[in-house]
Amino acid sequence: MNWEVIIILILYLIAMFLIGVFSSKWVRKSSDFTNEYFLGGRQLGGFVLAMTMFATYASASSFLGGPGAAYTFGLAWVLLSMTQLVTGYFTLSILGKKFAIMARKINAVTLVDFLKERYRNKWVVILSAICIVVFLFALMAAQWVGGGHLMESVMGIPYVSGLFVFGMVLVIYTVIGGFRAVAITDTIQGVIMLIGSSILVVAAVIAGGGINNIMSGLISENPNLVSPFGSDQSLSPAYVSSYWVLVGVGVVGLPQIAVRAISYRSSKSMHSAIMIGTFAVGFVMLVLTLTGVFARVIMPEVSVADNTLPLLALELLPPWLVGIVLAGPLAAIMSTVSSVLLVASSSIIKDIYLNYVKPDATSKTVQRLSYGVTTIIGVIVFFMAIKPPSLLIWLNLFAMGGLEAAFIWPIVMGLYWKTGNSVGALSSILTGVIAFICFNTFISNPFGLHPVVISVILSFLAYVFGSLFTKKRFAAQRSEIVTKFWSA
Amino acid sequence: MKDNVKREQISDDPRYKIANREALIGIGIAIANFLWWFGFAYGFGSKDVDKYHYVFGFPAWFFYSCILGFIVFTILVIIIVKFFYKDIPLDAEYEDDTKGGSPK
Repeated sequence: MNWEVIIILILYLIAMFLIGVFSSKWVRKSSDFTNEYFLGGRQLGGFVLAMTMFATYASASSFLGGPGAAYTFGLAWVLLSMTQLVTGYFTLSILGKKFAIMARKINAVTLVDFLKERYRNKWVVILSAICIVVFLFALMAAQWVGGGHLMESVMGIPYVSGLFVFGMVLVIYTVIGGFRAVAITDTIQGVIMLIGSSILVVAAVIAGGGINNIMSGLISENPNLVSPFGSDQSLSPAYVSSYWVLVGVGVVGLPQIAVRAISYRSSKSMHSAIMIGTFAVGFVMLVLTLTGVFARVIMPEVSVADNTLPLLALELLPPWLVGIVLAGPLAAIMSTVSSVLLVASSSIIKDIYLNYVKPDATSKTVQRLSYGVTTIIGVIVFFMAIKPPSLLIWLNLFAMGGLEAAFIWPIVMGLYWKTGNSVGALSSILTGVIAFICFNTFISNPFGLHPVVISVILSFLAYVFGSLFTKKRFAAQRSEIVTKFWSA
Repeated sequence: MKDNVKREQISDDPRYKIANREALIGIGIAIANFLWWFGFAYGFGSKDVDKYHYVFGFPAWFFYSCILGFIVFTILVIIIVKFFYKDIPLDAEYEDDTKGGSPK
């Protein structure tokens, strides 16, 4: 164990904890509990909005899996990773103002609140809430496992202890501070990721003896490492381009991202978030994967590719700096899990409990339940992460693409197409999830594309045809909904 | 029923015009971004590695597609947001206090 590194990380965890305590004051003072707890009172400024979107999006794979793949495949993986630049401006441009305005018209706090009013169908609500809870559970546990392995393999902290310490801090600040705590910690974590990745790439270029030297080192090992097709030439243009959907434009459909598009204060905040967010996502994804490629020349013998970046940090940097750089992946994991945790708990409380179990619950009950449910989810995820069940690992494979295929059209078409109705939305959710799981399981790359592409196309068709076929039946409801959502 | 249809055509929230336009702009940037990214990567990168040109030490395809692409599109996004995205109020009560007026 390396104490200097660990002390820095402990200081960092204490800081996160204090932010939770600080934010809990707002929660206690607030007159509208759910609005404050799940949405921070819709008060996010531009910088915080940009950082919380970026930090929620950047996860364990950005610091561990991504650079590891870049280490294996070479510059082609950096090319693939740069498809993420688009999320910075696309998500907020598409959802942005329209979603913010509509959400305020109906006072929606969660994504499902919006779907409920827009489609007025109990099955849309229940199905969405189930998809969100199941997939996000898997996603959280996987992140958590990544964090535990990182602490174990790199810092020598036993897996369960590491898991326990950082999990406990994360759950406490999320539970007591709600969305505001998550957004503020996300911001700090986002800044740490930016600083950590900058330090590491500079160190890597110096250690590799300059870019020229690194490139010739790569070419002498395997020329394909500097081609856009990958070290074994397995990355086809069609497959790499599919990532424009999976990690690019499809991100619009991720509930933990979409909910951020209704949390900001003003259109000014949204504008600065687009500018800052585009830079932050592009910069971090470029630099981290590039560092992974550089590492191949500096440390040719990494056995577990996912540990490339942490090992590189330990090799190149003084211990106190390692602490700061390694806070990066930990920050990425914590910011993703805390946001997802809150979305999952809001789904259970707002979308299911308040809608169907007890609509007339008092504010006090809702408050107690929110703390309780958030804690319980956190604790369950912790125990699952100790020894992840195989079902969970299986589900996690589908989490991102599955959520995107399910929600992208009910959200986007719901905002922009008046004729879209509950039959369209239901068929779209079902088609998206089932198609994604089937393609993943049976035909891994239909037409050389990632399965998410075809699933998103199918769920689009399901939405459009489902809505058009039932247009007549929904005529009366349509005009009611249109009046509520579209009229000034 | 007829009333509602008529109403829907006349009185769409005027802010949606701005929101729709900006969504289209977002799609436009994304398409341009894709073409830039794809064009340089596979246009310059599809030949043999020993015939590659290098810019600042990086293979030309990589430099133009990933590094320059990142810089160009970040700057483009900043310019477009600064000059073409409009500031509008987001509140639900907006209709009440600006009846008859145009959005500020």
